[in-house]
Amino acid sequence: MLEFITKPWPWYVAGPLIGLTVPALLLIGNKSFGISSSLRHMCAACIPAKIPFFQYDWKKEVWNLFFVFGVLVGGIIAAQLLANPEPIVIHPDLAADMAKYNITDTSHIVPSDLFSWPALATPRGIIMMVVGGFMVGFGTRYAGGCTSGHAIMGISTLQWPSLVATCCFMIGGFIMTHLILPYILAL
Amino acid sequence: MAQHNQQQPIGNTDFEVRSQNAVCVNKSELDAPLSSNIKYAVIGILFGIVFVKAEIVSWFRIQEMFRLESFHMYGVIGSAIVVGMISVFIIKKFKIKTLAGETISFTDKTFNKGQIYGGLMFGLGWAITGACPGPLYAQIGAGATAVIVTLLSAIAGTWVYGRFREKLPH
Repeated sequence: MLEFITKPWPWYVAGPLIGLTVPALLLIGNKSFGISSSLRHMCAACIPAKIPFFQYDWKKEVWNLFFVFGVLVGGIIAAQLLANPEPIVIHPDLAADMAKYNITDTSHIVPSDLFSWPALATPRGIIMMVVGGFMVGFGTRYAGGCTSGHAIMGISTLQWPSLVATCCFMIGGFIMTHLILPYILAL
Repeated sequence: MAQHNQQQPIGNTDFEVRSQNAVCVNKSELDAPLSSNIKYAVIGILFGIVFVKAEIVSWFRIQEMFRLESFHMYGVIGSAIVVGMISVFIIKKFKIKTLAGETISFTDKTFNKGQIYGGLMFGLGWAITGACPGPLYAQIGAGATAVIVTLLSAIAGTWVYGRFREKLPH
């Protein structure tokens, strides 16, 4: 049993568990699953700056901040207590392509050559962390949701605008991975 | 907060902030103490553990998804949607109420161009960071502390969107 827990969980275990978050949040408090709005609540709480978009009672949405704090704590528990002793197995073609860009450390959840404090001093590290993060924050709010709010909650409730948004997420991802990222990694 | 929408030339495009929608305000919870939110943290913890254990927070898994080298992420998202859809169907069909006995409400989303422009922009960012907002928190928890920079930048991105929202096509 312990071996099953420490090994990486397959998609058919993880996916349904994530899907169950939808009814869990609805049943315990009539809450709609969506993570990216936590970023808006933090803006509303800390730096509203009289901007209309941040003029609302964020305290009524504080459950969402508790939820994302839980996600962070869950990350600590999984990494400290349930860690997989084996290195992460990645596709050999991906490993070979990354090696071309001197990204050789594939043992962590994020490549330390791109996402680490020392990498912040490199041009590609700045683009990956700062520009990438900015686009995630700007894009999710512009779209009105992210993978959880649109792809999972939105499509689950048969909202066709969420299906449009999800298709655009995927199109953007394919464009970046195949057409732009090779240039960023080569910096 | 019901007047909020009328103050802006652009209507509500963010259906995740439900307290702005008068129909959805959950009266009994508004007066509830802060500690009543601990149950959401517990669900978040379970969610975060699944994220890390299924390697959904791995930058490499996201790359494999967009390079069509692995079915893993498609399986995760696809089965999550199926389970979510069946759950919502059951809740609606049998008019199941919350544990506190309140009627469960669903907000219909209306289409606006932001779902296209913003969606594309998030997609571009997702393939760079290898993380949507949820995994950002889990990555930090799992020890990738430099991702704090990515998270702060995402908060800044959200702020800049809010600041220039009126000038953007919706």
